[in-house]
Amino acid sequence: MLFTLIFYFFSLLAIGSGLMVVFSRNPVHAVLWLILAFLSAAGLFVIQGAEFIAMLLIIVYVGAVAVLFLFVVMMLDVDFATLKAGMARYIPLGLLIGAVFLLILGIELSEWNSSGIAPDLRQAIQPADVQNTVALGNVIYTEYVFLFQIAGLILLVAMIGAIVLTHRKREGVKKQDVVSQMYRDSTKSVSLEDVPSGKGLS
Amino acid sequence: MLEFWDSYLGTFVIIIAQCIAVTAFVMISLIFLVYADRKIWAAVQLRRGPNVVGPFGLLQSFADFLKYVFKEVVIPAGADRSVFIIAPLISFVLAIMAWAVIPFSENWVLANINVGILYVFAISSLEVYGVIMGGWASNSKYAFLGSLRSAAQMISYEVSIGFIIIGILVSTGSLNLTAIVMAQDGNYGFFSWYWLPHLPMAVLFFVSALAETNRPPFDLPEAESELVAGYQVEYSSTLFLLFMVGEYATIFLMCALMSILFFGGWLSPIPGLPDGALWMVGKMAFFFFLFAMVKAIVPRYRYDQLMRLGWKVILPVSLGWVAVSGFFAHLGWDAYARFAIGG
Repeated sequence: MLFTLIFYFFSLLAIGSGLMVVFSRNPVHAVLWLILAFLSAAGLFVIQGAEFIAMLLIIVYVGAVAVLFLFVVMMLDVDFATLKAGMARYIPLGLLIGAVFLLILGIELSEWNSSGIAPDLRQAIQPADVQNTVALGNVIYTEYVFLFQIAGLILLVAMIGAIVLTHRKREGVKKQDVVSQMYRDSTKSVSLEDVPSGKGLS
Repeated sequence: MLEFWDSYLGTFVIIIAQCIAVTAFVMISLIFLVYADRKIWAAVQLRRGPNVVGPFGLLQSFADFLKYVFKEVVIPAGADRSVFIIAPLISFVLAIMAWAVIPFSENWVLANINVGILYVFAISSLEVYGVIMGGWASNSKYAFLGSLRSAAQMISYEVSIGFIIIGILVSTGSLNLTAIVMAQDGNYGFFSWYWLPHLPMAVLFFVSALAETNRPPFDLPEAESELVAGYQVEYSSTLFLLFMVGEYATIFLMCALMSILFFGGWLSPIPGLPDGALWMVGKMAFFFFLFAMVKAIVPRYRYDQLMRLGWKVILPVSLGWVAVSGFFAHLGWDAYARFAIGG
């Protein structure tokens, strides 16, 4: 009973804030609504007993990805008129994608027959007293260790690729070298000179 | 009467009462921590500090509180009103929320959840939003610059805090904060806690906690000499008070985490003396004293030095330590593999 109420609360919150992401006029507000949608998704995970995934969702998506997103959107000077003009052109494509997803959902909920063992595979961890963090760790680092490593390598390649593509070496940039600043002392920077009168220093 | 406490309503009443008790503990501590902060700072600078309101100025924070609350709320023209008001609420509520999983003694915890440390980490990673939203909604250059700095700073140091925590988790074999404290229970009291095997990380965690909570010497988001007061420059009255209370609650939370992760939580430092919540509170107060001393003693960092320290020193060292301590734990050394000896 209580869990059903909480489930409907979070799912309505997720749907509502998802709609607000699309319909809010200010892009910064849209990102803030997106964050609320992530948080309600995390709440749904907690209700399903997947507390580890819920926390990862908050840490990775809300705590890191969305912050960078907000960062970029806040600093961009977005012109709403051009955005609106572009939207009219792409609406058919958007509707098509939406229709495809709706169709998939419809098939899944009505005609789709999953095999007999599928619900068992989807079942939570065995035995029941193992926490799902421990269970995930036991599976990821033993049976699926190579897939896990490959996923990490793909992310590394993507990161290096992004850096290589966007990194430009500019000439004439003034930079502070912290090490040389730290090793600078009075004997290297100041000297006491005896200036003879009428001659000066050369 | 007994069956009332077993019913839904009774459980609800108990939970609410526990929440209020923890919140009240945090708020009352904060009132005197702010006072202690100012007194310690004053003592280092050979000043008297607050000494007018009440005996030794003990009631100064109450006077400040009343002053904040009764002032007028000024919302700048051109500010985004709703976000401007929500931002301090977010930073206050998040700072209080994280206390839900902090154990004060064995079984003295609001929510003894399996992923306790991840919960604290998630909540503290959300705290950056209060600052960013406040700075953006103020529609002011100073506030905006302050919030940009703070976003970069808090994200950078969160990464290293995450790696530092992993070393502890590998040793304990659990994400539960109570389990982390229990794993440090040993025959040698003070010397069986995690600060000794994880010594470099204890220091780095303290430094990262300073940066994460925007405390001096890393208070660049506020930087009153260049940015006036950074993200909170346009805030006045209760909204400013909420920002400040949130900041101090986070600092106190970091003190609690420091004592739980590295200094044995409620365990007694001397073998034979009873464990208890008093040790926990004493350790938190001690680490707050260290925070205040750092504020008084260390000069402010330059912004590029701060980022260099975070990404080029603390992050590689803590990442390396994850590998090293994981290796030690794999070898089964007692100090690093507490999960093996049952803690």
